[in-house]
Amino acid sequence: MNRVRSLLSGREISIVLALVAVVAVTGAVNPSFVSAQGFHDLFLNASIIALLAIGQTLLVITRNIDLSVGSVMGLTAYLSGQMFIADHDTPVIVVVLAGMALGAACGAFNGALVAIAKVPALVVTLGTLYVFRGVDYGWASATGVHQINADQMSPSFLSFGSGSILGIPHLTLIAVAALAVAGYALHNWRSGRELYAIGSNPQAARLAGIPAGKRVFSAFVISGALVGLAGVLHASYFGTINASVGTGRELAVVAAVVVGGVAIFGGSGTVLGAVLGALLLTTITSALPILGVPAFWQRAVDGAALLLAISLDRAVMLRLAARLRAERSRARPAGDTGDTEGSVPRA
Amino acid sequence: MEATEHSPVPLLELRNVSKSFQAVRALRGVSIALRAGEVHALAGENGAGKSTVVRIIGGEHQPDGGEVLLDGEPVRFSAPREAQQRGVAVIHQEPIQFPDLSVAENVFMGRQPLRPGRRIDRREMNRRAAEVFDRLGVPIEPTRQTRGLSIADQQIIEIAKALSADARIIVMDEPTAALSAVEAERLFRVARGLAERGAALLFISHRLDEMYALCDRVTVLRDGALVATERMTEIDHDTLVRRMVGRSVEQLFPERENEAGDEVLVVDGLNRAGVFGDISFTVRAGEIVGLAGLVGSGRSEVARAVFGVDERDSGTVSVNGRPLPAADPRTAIENGIALVPEDRREQGLVLELPIERNASLARLPQVSPGGITRRARERALARKWGERLSLKYGRLSDPATTLSGGNQQKVVLGKWLATEPSVLIVDEPTRGIDIGAKVEVHALLSDLAAQGIAILLISSELPEVLGMADRVLVMHEGRITAELSTEEATEETVMYAATGNGRGGQNGSAA
Repeated sequence: MNRVRSLLSGREISIVLALVAVVAVTGAVNPSFVSAQGFHDLFLNASIIALLAIGQTLLVITRNIDLSVGSVMGLTAYLSGQMFIADHDTPVIVVVLAGMALGAACGAFNGALVAIAKVPALVVTLGTLYVFRGVDYGWASATGVHQINADQMSPSFLSFGSGSILGIPHLTLIAVAALAVAGYALHNWRSGRELYAIGSNPQAARLAGIPAGKRVFSAFVISGALVGLAGVLHASYFGTINASVGTGRELAVVAAVVVGGVAIFGGSGTVLGAVLGALLLTTITSALPILGVPAFWQRAVDGAALLLAISLDRAVMLRLAARLRAERSRARPAGDTGDTEGSVPRA
Repeated sequence: MEATEHSPVPLLELRNVSKSFQAVRALRGVSIALRAGEVHALAGENGAGKSTVVRIIGGEHQPDGGEVLLDGEPVRFSAPREAQQRGVAVIHQEPIQFPDLSVAENVFMGRQPLRPGRRIDRREMNRRAAEVFDRLGVPIEPTRQTRGLSIADQQIIEIAKALSADARIIVMDEPTAALSAVEAERLFRVARGLAERGAALLFISHRLDEMYALCDRVTVLRDGALVATERMTEIDHDTLVRRMVGRSVEQLFPERENEAGDEVLVVDGLNRAGVFGDISFTVRAGEIVGLAGLVGSGRSEVARAVFGVDERDSGTVSVNGRPLPAADPRTAIENGIALVPEDRREQGLVLELPIERNASLARLPQVSPGGITRRARERALARKWGERLSLKYGRLSDPATTLSGGNQQKVVLGKWLATEPSVLIVDEPTRGIDIGAKVEVHALLSDLAAQGIAILLISSELPEVLGMADRVLVMHEGRITAELSTEEATEETVMYAATGNGRGGQNGSAA
């Protein structure tokens, strides 16, 4: 057990080590990377993707996945812009809640198809990846508003996105708060443990009387709300929105989650790991230009990290299985040496 | 729970319960009363409806007719959780756990002790799990990850679940199938203790001696119908068997007189770390060799390694003098080995495909001249084997799911027989099929042996091994612990070896 557990938490430690290595190497090339401003930027960049990764973790733990996150994020970002066009003085909190509600509604749509109609999440969310994006573009072309700029939004909304408390960006504080709540719930609540149970063995979960459909549906809704929040934060931070916000984000999110040690077949992993994974991948992405690697390699890095992490997980799993087999075969003769090993004559 | 010696109202009662699955009538008007303080045996052949009874009591299935009474009140469990909340615990034959979670979490899933704020009290959970394991006399570390535990230990976790939930009605579905004699005796002690404290137990086992040792009353099912409920002390062994089978045991197995020929399959020193070790045996042409042992003793794993679906660490396998490469089923098939797997629905058939396509799967080159599969040839092949095995089907183009269990098994057998094998390995060929189909499968195996095919028969049903085999190999925890001739093999000698009391000196001497 101890070895297994140290293996798991070892994953988080090794991400931190990788992070330190990347920062050190990049800092050596360009010292401004390790300045206070540099770290500020790193955390800021990682915050939005971390929010998405927290939601995605809830789903991947249950053996599900959400590929539509980029599109939902685009939709809610666009919604916040449209709300300011409708009323320039819309209170920030109303925009945030509206974005989260729309995200939760998209999540409920995905969740209903997965949990009630029993369609595999991969297929459902691959479909809604395009459907939601289509709605986004349709909305933009129907209203003729293809781009929304900072001057069309309220100043309080923009300062909310770019502001900070004691040097820590609002966005990072929000991500850390979400991390704390999700981490606490997954570890300490029955419903949190049941998400792991559902992913670990769906049949056993059914026999244990866990309402799997309800739990999976809730996970989709909560994840959707987090994605909606991420979309609103994106709008308030960047101040420029069009219908293509968030395109391709699903790859970065899934990569972050898997790199963070969440098993792609469910049952294990932590939100802390996923958030560290997000931080590592965004750090590598920001380091690339400094190290002289052209920016278009970024997505290749995400993809490569995803493959590397999955191969690594697989290798660790096989080693563990082999060791358990070996341990059991060592344990066996001890019980009945007299019967089998000892008295069998070699013919 | 107060101990009430003979409460007038049974804790749980099934009254005239019926259940059908599509066209199959699994239960017809079955009544059973489970009383506090009593261990009740449920006997019957595979397919008699025992599992359906278990699933109805456990809330997994709902009856089509009749009623379930809890403390004399009609109830309807619409889900397993409801049954659990009303004090029913089902201990399944093959325990299913959450491999990623800790042992204590497995025991308490959905019922974890809480601290204020609905927060799981891990320390209390681990303490209570340790307490239950202590009561069972099994030292399992509660914080250990469940992955990698033996079947026997997982079984203990299932029992710990029931104990920790203070279940009043405990159903044990063949709990001893994977346990050693010592572990089974420990389980019986626990079971008796539960009954003494006022629980009602339903105990299912294939071993009659266990029923006599543990149970107070027995209910016998046959083909989904109730045959009788008797006090254990008032029914003798032979009567019980006759009630279960509906005919005498001799009629189940064909008369066989075989001249064993040359050694066809030779397995020498086969090893796979942690699964099995030191496996050596031979099968001659025209001979049926039985491979007996408890569930989890490694019989199927040996078969899979011989056939080449699984890797082997060391050892050799040869057919007709030609050594086979490891982990290469295609070459094994070309050299004349056929494996009829244990789970025909999962591994033997593609259930959605038509019967004729299933029948030709192992023989595709023969029906596909020029690489293109010809429907007519497929159908001709399927018809030929369908006739030889007296397969009962609607149309050959119907999907395999439409067939009964026995007929599905025939399709799997036919599929492999079409490859004209010299060695046939059959793993639990009659599991879950009715008596009539069983007799046919037995006759078929006997015919095949008479035609000179070397047959390795893996079976958990002792009468089947004893009735069919010319020689019996017994495995225990991955090793062959005995090799018995027809004369030596009895229920007692086989069980003795299967529970780890193998007599040395017989192992491998035949090779």
